[in-house]
Amino acid sequence: MPDIYLDNNATTKVDSAVVDVMIPYFTEQFGNPSSIHRFADGVAKAIKKARSQVQELIGAEHDSEIIFTSCGTESDSTAILSAIKAQPNRKEIITTSVEHPAVLALCENLEKEGYTIHRMPVDKCGRLNLEAYKNLLSDEVAIVSVMWANNETGTIFPVVEMAEMANAAGVMFHTDAVQAVGKIPMMLQDTKIDMLSISGHKLHAPKGIGVLYLRRGTRFRPLLRGGHQERGRRAGTENTASIVGLGKACEMAMEHMEYENVQVKAMRDRLEQGITETVPHCFITGDLNNRLPNTTDIAFEYIEGEAILMLLNKAGIAASSGSACTSGSLEPSHVMRAMDIPYTAAHGTIRFSFSRYNNMSEVDEVLKVMPSIVATLRKLSPYWDSVNNCPVADPEQAFQPTYA
Amino acid sequence: MWDYSDKVKDHFFNPKNAGAVVDANAIGEVGSISCGDALRLTLKVNDDTEVIEDAGFQTFGCGSAIASSSVLTEIIKGLTLDEALKVTNQEIAAELDGLPPEKMHCSVMGREALQAAIANYRGEEWKDDHEEGALVCKCFAIDAVMIEEMVWANKLRTVEDVTNYTKAGGGCAACHEDIEAILEKVLKERGETFDPSAAPIAKPEPVVAKGPLTNLQRIKKIEEVIMSFRPQLMADGGDVELVEVVDKTAYVNMTGACNGCQMSAMTIAGIQQRLMEVMGEFIKVVPASQMPKLVTIEEASHA
Repeated sequence: MPDIYLDNNATTKVDSAVVDVMIPYFTEQFGNPSSIHRFADGVAKAIKKARSQVQELIGAEHDSEIIFTSCGTESDSTAILSAIKAQPNRKEIITTSVEHPAVLALCENLEKEGYTIHRMPVDKCGRLNLEAYKNLLSDEVAIVSVMWANNETGTIFPVVEMAEMANAAGVMFHTDAVQAVGKIPMMLQDTKIDMLSISGHKLHAPKGIGVLYLRRGTRFRPLLRGGHQERGRRAGTENTASIVGLGKACEMAMEHMEYENVQVKAMRDRLEQGITETVPHCFITGDLNNRLPNTTDIAFEYIEGEAILMLLNKAGIAASSGSACTSGSLEPSHVMRAMDIPYTAAHGTIRFSFSRYNNMSEVDEVLKVMPSIVATLRKLSPYWDSVNNCPVADPEQAFQPTYA
Repeated sequence: MWDYSDKVKDHFFNPKNAGAVVDANAIGEVGSISCGDALRLTLKVNDDTEVIEDAGFQTFGCGSAIASSSVLTEIIKGLTLDEALKVTNQEIAAELDGLPPEKMHCSVMGREALQAAIANYRGEEWKDDHEEGALVCKCFAIDAVMIEEMVWANKLRTVEDVTNYTKAGGGCAACHEDIEAILEKVLKERGETFDPSAAPIAKPEPVVAKGPLTNLQRIKKIEEVIMSFRPQLMADGGDVELVEVVDKTAYVNMTGACNGCQMSAMTIAGIQQRLMEVMGEFIKVVPASQMPKLVTIEEASHA
């Protein structure tokens, strides 16, 4: 059975070269970087190197703008909570309706504390209306937090332009870039982005390490206070091995940037084309002309995502779904709802996300099984006419269950 | 991924009775708003005997929705309509060797489709009798609508009240923040404010036994406490009985839906907690299946 991993937006395999550079910091150089003895000798230096490797990948002006955190979520929370703490008179936050829960759930909580949250809607292709955005910017707004690329559809938001607009209005700008860093080139020193979140495990570094990029001069209040680590901006003993690993992963992402945008994109495109040609009644979601090179999100109408995933898994293929039933909460994907995808399609969305470890023969494997998986489930669907092998006439009318 | 039993997987990968029964004379169509799943159940009912001769399903839904539909058709084939109406969602889940708490609604959907189909056959209109909300308590599968209704109906004020009336929050306690949010909302609507340190209302306060009890009194008291759990359990299609008391151990039989239910360990812990509160002594509650084998006097003397 094949063993095909196409869920790289969920998490990635740690590159073996990354593991190799990490090992000594568990076994030999395990000292606390703050200590003065031979066990800690090279650790501070290694952290400094990792900092510059991250700096280079995102094009930051100074290495001191890189703050190591424990994950993307911590970086998001730090950024937003810092902005509202540093500017207590500003009681509004601008974000989007398709953000990651790391931002949305925090905003929902702040709403209970009296903050006004502007969740910008998206159109059917997942795009924002910048005119409406401009009208929301005011000196009441503490921070704008908009993701660089959407985790489900891969749709890229014009964050560089939006940061310019925020800056012109005197508003801080944060972007959750966990899906974008390492997949698309960026040069932060040429932008007005004030803060940016990175998650290590999305780019072949381990889980449990993240970064908050903090532009020099941006007013800041730490989330964790304590020791002097990260220049007092993020207390807590450094996760040395993972920091070193992340540095290496950033260096490798830099080296593979072109590969990601040519070869990986070619795999994605071939899968997408193959599926839409061989499977009837499916469509790609998101902004087709403006997406991450590695991501495709395909809605298979009249069937449900978890069932598709279970059959894919049986065929040795790992992907993920925007369906309600795959998340613990049972809530249908807020991204699909925000794009107004009809529910008979939203529940059947499957995300395939590639990495540089995939290859074309894996794409062929998926193309081999996908049509029959969809056909098998459609045979069970009340919206499908098995005799004529097409959707029943007027599906929403033909099947109208009583909802409980 | 969910931790599905082998039976769930088997019914999903090899569904039984998939597709519509061609000459069906009973059709039930229901959906679950909480996850968008929907099911059409078609039956062929013998007009003379009211026996379900054939059953077929068409399901738009996840793995456990398809498995629940499949196993339902297997259960009801050959039953009369009256017999079929007695099938509970717990039985559907039990036939699948259990479902994760978040997925219990799949079995509920199965039961409702059956009721709707039978109503359709009898020319009645089926109405759903409950509304389903977002799952709050994952230990006991209690949703927000249920909690809200109980808070309204019984004027509940604290998390402890909610646990006493619905079981919600009585397990891992991770949902207490969500329960507080519901309390805050409802109390606000009632014109009150939520006070986390308020004394719980009408706690079914156990009378603590006083003084030394005779053996008989003690066992009777233990049984009384265990009996007090029966209404709750029976509402979920289960039951409990006291089998034996040996020193500080009470052996109980969990029957019906409790048997093999993933929550039974939690229930036993709850019974034990209450027993200790009432009896004022340490008592361990253990499933009767773990009871040491009883030996007769003759066997003992030969040993």
